Parts: sequence; C-alpha cells; structure tokens
Amino acid sequence: MLSNSPALPPLIYLLTGIFIPLAAWKWKKLSFWLALGATSAATFFSFFNLSQALSQGSVSYRFGGWIPPIGIEYVLDPLSGFVTSVINFIAFVVIIYAYRSVAQEIREFRWTPFYALVMLFLSGANGIIMTGDFFNLYVFLEIGSLSLYGLIALGDKKSPVAAFRYLIMGTVGGGFYLLGVGFTYLVTGSLNMGDVHHILFNLSPSPPLIVAMTLMLIGLGIKMAVFPLHGWLPDAYTHAPSAVSAIMAPIGTKIGAYAIARIFFFIFGVKLITQVIPVAQVLSWLSAIGIVYGSIMAMAQNEIKRMLAYSSIAQVGYIGLGLGVVSPYGFIGALLHILNHGLMKACLFLVAGNFRLKLGHSRIDRLDDSLRQSMPWSSAAFTVAALAMIGVPPTVGFFSKWYLALGTIETKNWLFLAVILISSLLNAVYFFRVIERMYFPSQKLTKAGKNSFNEPKMGKREVSFSLLLPTLILALALVVVGFLNTWIVKTILMKALPAGL
Amino acid sequence: MIEFFLGHYAYWFVLILLVIGLYGMIIKHNLVKKVIGLSIFQVAIILFFIASSTKWEATVPVLANHHEKIQAAAYINPLPHTLMLTAIVVGVATSGVSFALLILTYRRYKTLNETELLKRMSEEDAE
Amino acid sequence: MMSSWSTYQSWIPLLAILVSLAAVPLIILSSRRPNLREFWTIGAGVGKFALVFSLLPPLFQHRLAVLNLGEIVTGVPFALKADAVGVFFALIASFLWILTSFYSIGYVRGLSEHKQTRYFAYFAVCLSSTIGIAFSANLATFIIFYEILTIATYPLVIHKETEEAIRAGRKYLAYTLTAGVFLIAAATWTYLLTGSLDFIPGGLLQNTPLASQTAVTLFVLFMFGVGVKAAIMPLHSWLPTAMAAPTPVSALLHAVAVVKSGVFGVIRVSEFTFGPQLLKDYHLDSILLVGASATIILASFLALKEDNLKRRLAYSTVAHLSYIVLGVGLVSSAALLGGMLHLAFHATMKITLFFCAGAIYVHLHKEKVSELDGIGQAMPWTMGAFAVGSLGLVGLPPVNGWLSKWCLGWGSVTAERPLFLIVLILSGLLNAAYFFPIVYRAFFRPAKEKYSGEASPLMVVPLVITAGLSIFFGIFPDVGFKLFQLAKEAAILLFGGLR
Repeated sequence: MLSNSPALPPLIYLLTGIFIPLAAWKWKKLSFWLALGATSAATFFSFFNLSQALSQGSVSYRFGGWIPPIGIEYVLDPLSGFVTSVINFIAFVVIIYAYRSVAQEIREFRWTPFYALVMLFLSGANGIIMTGDFFNLYVFLEIGSLSLYGLIALGDKKSPVAAFRYLIMGTVGGGFYLLGVGFTYLVTGSLNMGDVHHILFNLSPSPPLIVAMTLMLIGLGIKMAVFPLHGWLPDAYTHAPSAVSAIMAPIGTKIGAYAIARIFFFIFGVKLITQVIPVAQVLSWLSAIGIVYGSIMAMAQNEIKRMLAYSSIAQVGYIGLGLGVVSPYGFIGALLHILNHGLMKACLFLVAGNFRLKLGHSRIDRLDDSLRQSMPWSSAAFTVAALAMIGVPPTVGFFSKWYLALGTIETKNWLFLAVILISSLLNAVYFFRVIERMYFPSQKLTKAGKNSFNEPKMGKREVSFSLLLPTLILALALVVVGFLNTWIVKTILMKALPAGL
Repeated sequence: MIEFFLGHYAYWFVLILLVIGLYGMIIKHNLVKKVIGLSIFQVAIILFFIASSTKWEATVPVLANHHEKIQAAAYINPLPHTLMLTAIVVGVATSGVSFALLILTYRRYKTLNETELLKRMSEEDAE
Repeated sequence: MMSSWSTYQSWIPLLAILVSLAAVPLIILSSRRPNLREFWTIGAGVGKFALVFSLLPPLFQHRLAVLNLGEIVTGVPFALKADAVGVFFALIASFLWILTSFYSIGYVRGLSEHKQTRYFAYFAVCLSSTIGIAFSANLATFIIFYEILTIATYPLVIHKETEEAIRAGRKYLAYTLTAGVFLIAAATWTYLLTGSLDFIPGGLLQNTPLASQTAVTLFVLFMFGVGVKAAIMPLHSWLPTAMAAPTPVSALLHAVAVVKSGVFGVIRVSEFTFGPQLLKDYHLDSILLVGASATIILASFLALKEDNLKRRLAYSTVAHLSYIVLGVGLVSSAALLGGMLHLAFHATMKITLFFCAGAIYVHLHKEKVSELDGIGQAMPWTMGAFAVGSLGLVGLPPVNGWLSKWCLGWGSVTAERPLFLIVLILSGLLNAAYFFPIVYRAFFRPAKEKYSGEASPLMVVPLVITAGLSIFFGIFPDVGFKLFQLAKEAAILLFGGLR
C-alpha cells in the first residue's frame, strides 16, 4: 500500500467522490463522514509522501508499471509533497467547518452532491500536483474545475451566473493549456514531463515552442487569476457558499501557480524562460500590476467576501512575483506564501462564513461593535489573520514578505520590492477598516442591501463549536507556522528549488 | 507563400474555428450561444490534435494482420486520437455542467440574455 | 576593545522580556478584581526591573549575557544580548514602568476610565516588546519586537475610542507601519550585502565594500524606518496627534518607550550596523546632523505656539529626541555619551512633565496652558515638579538635563563642529521660552477659580519621585543605576576612548 503512496491522495478523493452518492443515498450525514475520512487519509498520505521525498529524494511512480513515456508517471519530490500537504491539511480543516456551514447554507437535497463535488475537486487538485504527465495534468485540471463550477453554483441566488462566467473563462484556459500541450508534443514527441525536459536540452527554441509556452502561460494564468485574467474571481468567491470559498481560495489559484512553477521552472528550465523567451519577466510584471490592482480594488469593497476576493488577486500576485524574479529567495518566498496565504485566506473566509451564519450578512457597513461581545472569538481570529496579511511578526505574513523582499533585492528589482512593501500598507487600510468597525462604537450604521439567500441568527452565543474550532485552529496556525518558518524553509523549501536557481 | 497557406490548411481552419468560438463566447449575448461558442472552441482544439497526427500517404492505425513487420511510418499517429477521446468527454461534461448552470440561471432570473440578466441582477442589489 | 569583553549564556534577558507577557493572562483573568489586577502589573514591573538590574554587575566585569534561540529567518538567529546600550535603555524603561503603573492606577480610577483591563494588559505587552528591543542582538530580532510594539501600542492610543482617538490611531499606524516596511527593506538589503544582521560595535558593514550611493540609500532607508518612532522631522507628525491617548500612555510610551525605541534604533543602526567610521566616510553623519538640528529648532518653535499643554510637551519631546540623534551624528564619544545620558534624563524629566499634565487634567479637567493661572498655589507639589522638569530640559543645573547637554556640547567641540553648540544653546533658550511662562503663570498669577488641592497621591507621589530623581541624577549620575558609568562604557566601546 505504502509503495503506492504517491498516487494515493488523488485516488482516495476520486474513489470517495464516486462512492459518496451511492453510499449516502439514504443517510445524508454519511457523506460528511466519508468526506472527512477521505480528507484525513489523504492528508496523512501527503505528509507521509513529503517525509519520504525529503529523506529519499524524488520518487517516481508508474501507473500500471508502464515505463514512461508510454505510461503515465507520478512524480513525488519535495515540491509536490509540500504543496499537497498544504492543500490537504487546509481542506481537512475546512471540511470540519463544512459540517455545520453546509447544513445551514445549502438545501438538504444538495448536501450529498456537495461532498461528492468537494472530493472530486480535491482529487483534481492533488492530481495536478502529483502528476508527471502533461495530458494527465489537463485531465485533472478539468476534473477539478468542473467540480468547482458546480460547487460555486450551490451558493446564493447569483451563484450560477458567477459559476457560468468562471466556466467559460476556465474552459478557455484549459483549452489554451491543451493547445500548448499539443504544440509541446509536436516539438518534442513526448507528453512526459521528465522526458520533455531532457529532449528540450538538445533543441533550440523554435516558434512552436514559443507558442506552446505562451499558450500554457495564458491557460494556467487564467486558473491562477493572474491579472488581467482574473475576471472570474471576484464573483465566484463572493457568491459561493462559505465553505466553498474557504476551500477554493487557498487551493484553486495555488494549483495554477504550482503548475506554472513546475512546467516553467522544472521542465522548460530557467534559462529558457528568462533569456530566450521572457516568460518570467511577463509573469512578474503582470503579478506586480495584479498586486496593486487587487489591493486598490479591495479597499473599495463593501462586503467582506468580495474584499477578500480582490485581496486574493493581490496575494496570488505575490506568488507570481516571487516566481517571476527567478531567484532562490523569490522562489522560496513564493512557495512559503502558498502555505501562508492558504492558511490566512482560509481563516478569513471561515470568519466571513461565521458572520454570515450568525448575522445573516457579511457587509462591512453593517458591522458594529456589538460583535465584540457577541462574536469575540471570530473577531479575534479575524484580527490575527488581518495582522498576518499586513505582515506583522511573528505571524506568517511577515516571513513571506521577508523572503520575497530578499528575492527582489537579490535580483535588483527595486520596483517590485516597493510594490510588495507598499501593498502590505494597503492591506492595512482595508483590514483595519473592518477591525475598527468590529471593535469601536463611533461609526454610524448605514443602510444595507439584501441579496443573501440565507437565514440570519443562530442564538445568542457565538457560532457553534464545530465552526469555531477550524477558525481558531487556522488562526493559531498563523502564529505557529510563523515560528516554524525557518524550519520549513530549510528542510523542505530549499530542497524544492529547481535546477539553475 | 502559397505553400504556407495550402500546405497547412488544416491548421488555418483550426485557427478560424478558434476565433469563431471565442467570438461567440465574448460577443454573443445569449448564454446558450456562449456555450455553443465554447463547444466550437473545444472542437477546434480537438481538430488541431487530430490534424497534427496525420501523415502524407498513411493509413488508419488498425493492424490488418499480425504477420508482417509493422512499419510505423505507414500509420498515422494514434496517440493524439486517444488523447482527444478524453478531450471529447471533457467537452461533453463541460457542456453538461454549463447547461445545468443555465437551467438554474433561467429558473432564478427567467432570462438567458446576458444584458437582461445583468440588469435584473443589479436591480436586485438596489432593493 | 572587543577582546576584553566576554559573553556568557543566560536566560535573564529572555525572562525580563517574558515576565510582563506572563502577567497578561493574569491581568485579563483578574479583570473583576481591580486591586489584584493592578498587583500583577506592579509585580511584573518590579520583577522586570530586578531582572534587568541583575545584569549590571556582570556587565561591569565586561561580561555580556547572551541567548540564542533558534532561527527567526534562515541565517539569522533569534538572539538577545545584554550589552551596555541595551541594559541602559532597559533599566530606564523598566524602572519608569513601575512608577507609571502607580500613576496609571490613579489616573484611570480618577477618571473612571472604561476598559481598564485592556489598558493594563496591552501596557504589559508594550513593555515586553520594549525590553525585547533593548536586548535584541540583531536586526531581525529588533524588527520583530519593534513591530510588535507598534501593534501593541495601538489599543492604548485609541483607548478613549472617540473620533479623535481613532483618527489618531489611524495616523499612528499609517506612520509606524510604513516605517516598518522601510525597515524590512533596509534589513533584507543588509542581509544580502553581508550575510548577517548582527549588531556589532563599530559596524556590521565596516568591512563591506559599498558604493557611496548604496551606503547613502541604505542609511536613508534605515532612517525612515527608525526615524518615525524617533520623531525626526518630517516623520514626527504622528506624535502630537497621538496625544489623544490617556496621559500615562503619552508619558511612558510617547516619552519613554516608543520614542526612545526609535532613537535607540537610530543608535543601533548608526553605531552597530554602520559604525562611526562609515558614518564619517560616506557623510551619513551630515544627514543625521541636518535632520536633528532642523528638528530641534523647528519643533521648539512649534511648541511655542501650542496652547494645549500635552501637545506643547509633544513638540518638546520631538525636539529633545533629536538631541540624541545629534549626539549620534556628531560621531564622537563625548557626544554619544551625552546622547545616551539624554535618553535617560529626558525620560525622567519629560515623564515628570506629562505626569503633571495628567494630574492637572484629572483633578481640574484643564488641558490648556492659558487656563493654568494660579494653580501653583493649590497644587504646589505638582507644579514644583513641573518647574524642576522644565529647568532640566532648559539645561540648568542641578537637574540632570544639564549633564547630558554639557556632554553633548563637549562632544560638538571635540568633533570640531562648534555650530551645533549654538544649536544646543538656542534650543535651551527656546525651551525656556515655552516652559517658564507656564511655571510663572502657575505660581505668580492669581487663580481664576478656587482649586481644591492636589490630585490623588497615587499620581502625585510618582511625579515627585521622578522630579526628585531628575535632581538626584543631576548631582550623582552614578548612584543606584550607574547610568553614567554604563553610558561611558558604551561610548568607550564604540569609540575606543573618551575624548
């Protein structure tokens, strides 16, 4: 069993996803337990994989024993082990949250499909990360995306429209990626990532290769929500159910980032993406613009989830920037930010979900300081996560900024350094707006809109324990991981660097 | 120059289909037409792969009998075809999901026209 | 000079930081029993001071307590070191916290302030971070405690939760978080240049070849980083606005902990990251001198026209902080000695003045200078202490201010920059111009109303103590805390002798 462990995370999710509708036909709650069980098993195996990859080096798993390039290969190395561990852990915490949140926000006949789709989404995410085959990546990309479109549509009244918009853009993205794979295949004759890497050593860059890289960048960029391909994100994050936003925000865009990192840095190679075709430069510039754009738009928002959505565009920009400067510290900063942002955003979306469940809304102008008494823990978690986003030590956000700053200075990109640092100040602006409303009594309340599908009020106390516990676990993780950051960087991330950095 | 166009006519066709698909998705207001555009887009990509697998004077990759030595050059490349089977399935699934979303949208807003839809959604916000 | 110093492992620096953090949960849990709650604060203060004081004897034997605990970021340890400069700052901060705590109790109870538990709890966190700043052995540790101080002081600044207070808090955060960002940029750049962030006497960068442009840009980035808290103009304007905080907050944090952390940062960066030699080579000292002098003169003029007492004291603080920056910029041992002494002595004097302002506010609800006629007869102790503090800030013996000013003057002569002697003298005159009228009004003008005597002893006793200390240190600067000796050690260490 354990020798199959590289393949287990995506497969466990896949099988559970198919199994849930059958098993939970009668007993709807069973779907939750199956989902939780699958997530915990997958988390366990991803951590196990990670430790294996760190001690033994890269492991290559061949499906059915077929040797690549004929067969499909899964590659377990520190990078893939790390990213799967991160997303599975966050998924585990959010699924615990989903128990109550889904029961409140989604109608009963949709609960089983919800859990099944979440399993498929996670299967897609893990598959993208573990796979070593270009076309297999496309398959899992589509599996994950299609289930995500469905998940988003379970939200409020506007959610099918948001999901549809995401579907159009996402499928175009997948299509462009597939075209890119086609061109790569035409040039190299192989679909296996390792194989292509070796073949490219002996090839000089040709127009099909350039087209392939561009198409893949656009395709994966849509998934990653790189500016200006981010248009689907605000609506999708806002109108999806709370648990879906919390699972989508830390994971969805990161797998796009991972795919870009893997394909461009490990397969095409650092030299190809910087000197021959300026893919890295383009990525870094677009990310920088995205950071500024996302931060400014977030300041203008009046509703917490939408604000967090634009904030996510900015944060994904950090990751893109870290990748695009092509330096060891930049890459490490980007990877660390995958972990950090995942934890921060998941915590923030869970708090937003708590607000929606208790107050019936998550609009900023309708928050008042009664939250200090009625929801002290959620407010505290929000504050910790906000401080992390701003970058106050010892929370995790400070360390992402530290390594990213090192990366930009290392490569003499002073403008990018300024962008990263200024954006943390912009973060302070829009987060403190919410914090002030939560804690201080002097602001006047304004009239609010009502487009929420949900019923308000859950009793006098703070939201129930099964909702609070995940929120607090993530908030605590923000500080604990902050203390552990050196260990993480030294033991895991430094080994995940591609050749040439 | 003529060679450039005639020799690669399949790829030019693919490009035209891609553009038509994108045009449909972006310009058309009816949501169903957007889905049609999406399908055309996906089909174009499928045709690209198929076209790239062909060779001059080669035949379908079906073995007539097992006794002769197999000359790979005489058969067109079957790999892209198998990949495209998967891609077709993905396309079908995508269409299925998009129609489900459209049905849901229609139930809630009673329109499938994009401009009308946006108008009704913003009216809802203003209430 | 370094060779005569040895180091020994000790947990005391860390314990000194943690003792007030440990008090925080106790404070929160005792929120319903105010006397118990206040007991924790005072106990933590006494404990902290005792721990810091215990570091003195080894220090005078040239032994430094150090502690390394893991790594904060790759390549940079979480390191504490109790050297002369650090212990000096920590002594002042921890001792004055004890007095401020008593004063706070009188103040918040006198006004029946809300959210007292939050107040005392965050105060304790602030002091933890201040001691952390004092004992940081490298830039990364320093930045972490510096940023924690920023965030921990915010709830204290906005304590009253009025519109004015919240706006003050926003301005405060805007300035300090921006400064933090500059610090991160400067520190990461330094790390890439040298591979380390340690504070080394004589300068971490002293052996690194630097282009002149790099050195200047890096220094300016650092100065933006620490200069906000050090209230160097034009980065000072958060300080007068922050007077919206309760007076004990203004007294300890904005006269002692926060602003002194800023100048402490200036000292650390200038002497331990860049070093005296680099300061002279790249003319970085000129940047400091120009900035400091401009601040001293301009802030003093701005103080003249302020009618609100606390704001007048705020501008005076801005000016006096730049005395210390001036001391650093003169790049001589006597000047640094004067600067460091002023760090301590200004603290005792200014805290006295703020305590007086607070006592007047609680007891008589008066905030403006123009309303202070004749209160000296009713509150002789309070205004007497105020007079003492003012004398010292002008630079007149026997109050301790004369000693630090004299050393600064001596330093400007030995550094062959007599121009700054003129700055110091001019500033003394301006100080007199904005302080003496207050004293005059209080004692020599008839009162407009009948006043009922002194404020609560919880407030008056501390301010008398700090005034007394100011006189005491003016005459015997080495008794008790050995402040003069400590500062001398630091100056000798950095400059190789006392000139």
